[in-house]
Amino acid sequence: MKKSINIAIALVMAAGMVSCNDSGKQNGKKGSQGGLSTNAAERVYVAPGEHDEYYGFFSGGYTGNLTVYGLPSGRMLKEIPVFSQFPTNGYGYTEETTPMLNTSFGFVPWDDSHHPDISQTNGELDGRWIFINGNNTPRIARIGLESFKTEEIIEIPNSAGNHSSSFITENTEYVVAGTRFSVPVPQRDMSINEYKGQFKGALTFINVDQETGRMGIKFQLMMPGFNYDLSHPGRDKSHGWFFFTTYNTEEAHTLLEVNASQNDKDFIAAVNWKKIEEYVNNGGGKKVPANYAHNIMDENTHTATSTMIKEVLTVDPLDVPGAVYFLPTPKSPHGCDVDPTGEYIIGNGKLSADLTVHSFTKMIDAIENKKFDGEAYGIPILNFEDILAGVVKQPGLGPLHTEFDNKGNAYTTFFISSEVVKWKVGTWEVLDRQPVFYSVGHGMIPGGNSRKPFGDYFVAMNKITKDRYLPTGPEMEHSAQLFDINGDKMELLLDFPTHGEPHYAAGIPAEIVAPKSKKIYKLADNKHPYASLSNSDVRVERNGKEVHVYMNMIRSHFNPDNIEGIKVGDKVYFHVTNLEQDFDVPHGFAVIGANTAELLVMPGATETLTWEPKKVGVWPIYCTDFCSALHQEMQGYVRVSPADSDIELSWSLGED
Amino acid sequence: MKHLIKSFAAFAIIALVGCGGKEEKKEDSSVKIRAKPKTEVKQEAPAKSDVKPSQMVDLTNKGVGPIKNVELGETIDQAMAAKGAEVFKMNCTACHKTDKKFIGPAPKGILERRTPEWIMNMIMDPEGMVNNDPLAKALLMEFNGSPMANQNMTEEQSRQILEYFRTL
Repeated sequence: MKKSINIAIALVMAAGMVSCNDSGKQNGKKGSQGGLSTNAAERVYVAPGEHDEYYGFFSGGYTGNLTVYGLPSGRMLKEIPVFSQFPTNGYGYTEETTPMLNTSFGFVPWDDSHHPDISQTNGELDGRWIFINGNNTPRIARIGLESFKTEEIIEIPNSAGNHSSSFITENTEYVVAGTRFSVPVPQRDMSINEYKGQFKGALTFINVDQETGRMGIKFQLMMPGFNYDLSHPGRDKSHGWFFFTTYNTEEAHTLLEVNASQNDKDFIAAVNWKKIEEYVNNGGGKKVPANYAHNIMDENTHTATSTMIKEVLTVDPLDVPGAVYFLPTPKSPHGCDVDPTGEYIIGNGKLSADLTVHSFTKMIDAIENKKFDGEAYGIPILNFEDILAGVVKQPGLGPLHTEFDNKGNAYTTFFISSEVVKWKVGTWEVLDRQPVFYSVGHGMIPGGNSRKPFGDYFVAMNKITKDRYLPTGPEMEHSAQLFDINGDKMELLLDFPTHGEPHYAAGIPAEIVAPKSKKIYKLADNKHPYASLSNSDVRVERNGKEVHVYMNMIRSHFNPDNIEGIKVGDKVYFHVTNLEQDFDVPHGFAVIGANTAELLVMPGATETLTWEPKKVGVWPIYCTDFCSALHQEMQGYVRVSPADSDIELSWSLGED
Repeated sequence: MKHLIKSFAAFAIIALVGCGGKEEKKEDSSVKIRAKPKTEVKQEAPAKSDVKPSQMVDLTNKGVGPIKNVELGETIDQAMAAKGAEVFKMNCTACHKTDKKFIGPAPKGILERRTPEWIMNMIMDPEGMVNNDPLAKALLMEFNGSPMANQNMTEEQSRQILEYFRTL
């Protein structure tokens, strides 16, 4: 059946190509790259039972999560809940995980996740952790790449629209989070039209413990009230610097689509973080009151804790001479990308006809020789001509982001002209261009943001899907396109839909991550205070109207599976431990009428579902994950009596 | 999902067997589809005794798995047995009571019916045993098709459990 459909499609395509030769130029041009004339299918085919070469971690955009794909197949392997509640496994609903979503605004069950970045050592991907930012309620998360679970979330104070994040320095010394929207600092009641000169843009440097991965805000650099759009670290020779694109240097507060596009040039802010680190280590900076959440998941208690931190160290850039410079960059630049050698800093001016490339060497020279072209709020502006390495002339319309391969080439995405353009770093010559369908945002090459890219594939993350797949009504998933970039020309191999709206992705060879992937949690390490690690721990306890059920499960029963003595008005905590110690034997737990979500408990873990029974009766519980041939038998009953009942608590398994 | 697919695969196999010869007993899983069933086969099957697999004594079968040879000490190593009791409590008591049938059989007296190697292989690789050891497979059927969970026990832990079984 599928074959006949394929043949039908091929015929239609062939007919289309013939008939569209003069009107549909793009289609005609693409014909030479269609699946019929190349072995594209073979190159993305991962045979049943075989594994992909790369993990691709795609931000979920407005899902608030992080999705994992295999490349080159484009198969989705997992969705990792990060900033959003995830009923699929209870994340953000269970007692253990709700603290992960705590903020200074209280429990925030959603966010907009944007830019994942994998930890590095000496500028190379090491596969320990992946970081991602929550844009809306500023937060940074760290996900462990053994468990593929969100292990830590830190809120960013004095920030709003946490967009130029979360990018890491080349030894994972810092995760950097810059604010897109400048705001009053501290927040206060003031007129919006007093923005100019009053608002601040915080660039936050979060240090990372190299053993545990634990994050802590080292300092916040309080910059002028521009919009800080994207950022990237210096590397190799420029290690110690960090670069941020800005737009709205006009400091407009309304109708930005006009008012923030007035200046010919905005800036890339070059920040010498090593200098500021030294200043801070010597007691510099000013501690100011703050209130932000730091949430940590403990792998042994399987429980998160949230701590509110009341102070943050701020640094005024004018107090650290030589730490911050502005590089003039046309025109409302979006991506701020540094090539693998660390020499070139690319400003993707989204309203500019050309791509601007700054030279790090020339930048240092200009600083040493004070080749300044004025200042902004006391921060020296370097002279554009003196730091310019080159210009990629008229490569396309609406450049957004540039990624690099391991052969000295750069790949820039163009949103307006809907294409990816390959150009040579150093000569600035355009080598190839390929249309994408449609309107690409960011692109990704595994390791493309490191000293050592793996130049096999380029993935275009397209913003507009339209007719690429079977229609699914007005709302569709976004579309990614995979290119083979081993040859001189990019070759389109595959379209695949992506979940939510990926704004960026990070890829890594599977061999770095797969061997350490965790299979189970060891029961012996389970320190959950409500775990029932053996049947002698099984019990039900009442504390006023709170009832705690210490329950465990293994193929294919719950212990206990009959509970009586619960009353209407009680708050029942089912603390459920999965006693399995075998790979891929999770059990689920659901109870009728629960106003939360199910539990999906991994082997050796304990999770808690809260249930407030409202009706008298005998109510079932059951396992939601098909666990064994006797899965359908994995069930139980809870008797709920009237509030004034005097039935004592009792529980049992296998007794009549 | 994976489990579902597995189930479908199982159904498919059952269907295949069904096509091969409806008159055959289903426990004869090694059936050759094209071969005509021999009546002698049928006669062999009822020749089995009425003894339940869990009560059958087989002190020669070492099972199929990583353990080829175990030397038991003349006396019980009490320290090892105590460790075994701990490991057993955490990993096994969800399904095994020591002295009576629960989800699975009771380990009391197991060394009078099974070799030490068979026991350790069953602890360390229950799936492999069910697939490759006829007695383990018969036990699965006796116990409702409820599979023994692989608790990822190391050889050392399995040996400790075995020593603990000697004390029961």
